Amino acid sequence: MILGMIVGNVWLDALIRLGGVALLVPLYMIIITWTERKVIGRLQMRLGPMRVGPYGTLQGLADTIKLLTKEDLRPTTADRWVFELAPFAIVVPVIMALVALPFTADILIRNLTLGLFYIVALQGVSIVGFVMAGWGSDNKYALIGAARAAAQLISYEVPFILSILAVAMVASSLDIGVIVGMQGDTPLIAYLPLAFVIFVIAGLAELYRQPFDIPVAESEVVGGPFVEYSGIRWSMFQLGEFVSMVLISILGSLIFLGGWQWPVGGDVPVVVQIALMAVKTSAFILFFIWMRASLPRLRIDQMMAYCWQLLLPFAFLQIIINGLVLAYDWPHWTMTIMSLVALGAFVYVTNRAARQSGVTYQPSAASAQRVGSVL
Amino acid sequence: MTVEHRAPAEHELDTIDININVGPQHPATHGVFRMVLTVDGEVVTDLDPVIGYMHRGNEKLPENCDYRQAIGYHDRTDYLAQFSTEHCFVEAVETLAGLTAPDRAEYIRVILAELNRIASHLMFFGAFATDVGVFGTAFMYAFRDRETIQDLFEEVTGERMMYNYFRPGGVAWDVPDDFSERTKQVLAKINSGLNDLDGLLMDNEIVLARCRGLGSVSPEDAINWGLSGPMLRASGVQHDIRRAEPYSIYDRFEFDVPTGDQGDVFDRMYVRLEEMHQSVRIVEQALAQMPEGPIMAEGMKRILRPPAGEIYMRVESPRGEYGVYIVSNGSDKPYRHKVRGASFSNLSALRAMSIGHYVADVIIILGSIDIVLCEVDR
Repeated sequence: MILGMIVGNVWLDALIRLGGVALLVPLYMIIITWTERKVIGRLQMRLGPMRVGPYGTLQGLADTIKLLTKEDLRPTTADRWVFELAPFAIVVPVIMALVALPFTADILIRNLTLGLFYIVALQGVSIVGFVMAGWGSDNKYALIGAARAAAQLISYEVPFILSILAVAMVASSLDIGVIVGMQGDTPLIAYLPLAFVIFVIAGLAELYRQPFDIPVAESEVVGGPFVEYSGIRWSMFQLGEFVSMVLISILGSLIFLGGWQWPVGGDVPVVVQIALMAVKTSAFILFFIWMRASLPRLRIDQMMAYCWQLLLPFAFLQIIINGLVLAYDWPHWTMTIMSLVALGAFVYVTNRAARQSGVTYQPSAASAQRVGSVL
Repeated sequence: MTVEHRAPAEHELDTIDININVGPQHPATHGVFRMVLTVDGEVVTDLDPVIGYMHRGNEKLPENCDYRQAIGYHDRTDYLAQFSTEHCFVEAVETLAGLTAPDRAEYIRVILAELNRIASHLMFFGAFATDVGVFGTAFMYAFRDRETIQDLFEEVTGERMMYNYFRPGGVAWDVPDDFSERTKQVLAKINSGLNDLDGLLMDNEIVLARCRGLGSVSPEDAINWGLSGPMLRASGVQHDIRRAEPYSIYDRFEFDVPTGDQGDVFDRMYVRLEEMHQSVRIVEQALAQMPEGPIMAEGMKRILRPPAGEIYMRVESPRGEYGVYIVSNGSDKPYRHKVRGASFSNLSALRAMSIGHYVADVIIILGSIDIVLCEVDR
């Protein structure tokens, strides 16, 4: 009877589901930190964490305990409330965004009709936290980092949203359940490869990971907005970053890779649904980690130019392609072809822009023939 | 009387340039270098380098030391190219004292100095890539190969950092029996490691976008500033002391002097990569030619007393021209002892190269100079 009451009561039900998420998030953060350190370690021919627990699996737990017990320092000149509230301004919105994010058809908190809109809106709020942290710390590195973060996150929000908009156009819905439902046969990446690439690139920038880690650049601004934070507050920034990463990964697998559906169609058993989502989400996360280990960092003006001059026009191009196909009721495969052509153009232009000096790397024999003046 | 209230127009708003203190403890200053940046937004309008945190009197101290005791102080000037610095000092003392090191000793010196050049440039690649933003991957690649060189040095000298192995008149003791095979193994590893670095960095679009055309120095400016080494050659001046005035036995080897053509950050990186290939070539030739025989000159006195006189000896260290000036008054200690550090002169161009660039660029311009603070401050 109590069970019936719990299941029947909307509020109790929501509370239990929220509690589940609140428990899962720190646990998942520990797992993902370990994964990241391990994968990056392997990519760099190191072992990664090995000491705490078998294969270092308990490293994340040890780190958490260390961070929790560490002294919570605040600079004397800091703007107290701004400084102390900034981590919350970053973490709370991303965790709130998880509310509308289904993992499988059944594992979800609430499926909102305007789910996509809600998630994207809350994802954007965390910028405020960065600016607060940068201003409140009373540190020049933090201030520069915050200015960079504001510029970058706001700029990349635009192509990010446009690429999601392309999905919403095809699905003609903002309800994630509906969007996944219509991908029973063909995941949307098949129709919108360009939008997918833009989504991933803008997602990297939203997560400020390499090559877009400009706000937190270790070798320039020494950690940026959170240079003055320590202990639990610092770990809240990390939490925010990792939850964002999971959020974007899940979102990407839902709206582009078909979520818990598979191309074979038909009813998918729950276990397979979970496995499908786990694989797709992990693929995203591993991609982000891989990028982090292998790419250098862009400069801030290059990053901005890349956004406004390349990503944005091509995101609009995808929207126009979608509009044409949908308005004239052409078959969906025409969208694929046009999007692929645009993607090719995008790759070409990006490559050209990066090598705009016109000078490419000369192989080793060339230098021997150059004759300079000998002193 | 009315008070006018109006919002200030944009040009009336007060904007101030702020100073940012970078260093002496900052991940990108490669030691204890400090620079005070004046920035207008992200653009650096002025730069004030502050050096001297590492000053230990490495030029004055040897004046109270026996000639052999002074070798260790040279290890401690450029701690990434110890063999080059030792080489410079012992060649200077030998010339002053009229000694000639036996052939085998010279070959050992050249092999070790060239391997040391590779180790130093690998260190540059690791640190520079970290400055550009690669999250430690290039660093680990570079250090994997550097470690093989370090192991070899440890086998030969018993030390990993302050080798203190070259002596006026020769080297301290002979190399191990399997030195030749061990060196060949090391070279094989370096060759494959260089390809890894090449693939990771040199053709990367982001590295190109960041480094091409940044901090260009014209050949004339490079000469006027007294730049040397890869900094000078990147500007297109084909000047290498090993080639221009061959010391030791460098006239016996075939090698190229790679140059850049724009003098920008990328060219400096490229020149260093090519130099590593050339060093491998030199070591291979030296291994093939290395004779058996003594490793110390005949008739060495227990205490070395060079005749009165003075000498300036310069060698091509990985960072450029490393010079030693010694005045002898006939006693067992140098009367005057002065070091010319390549990093110090190269660093003097930092301000001119940096002004007008973004903060992020100044960091990699500094990284491209490849300074060793112990050599700058001495």
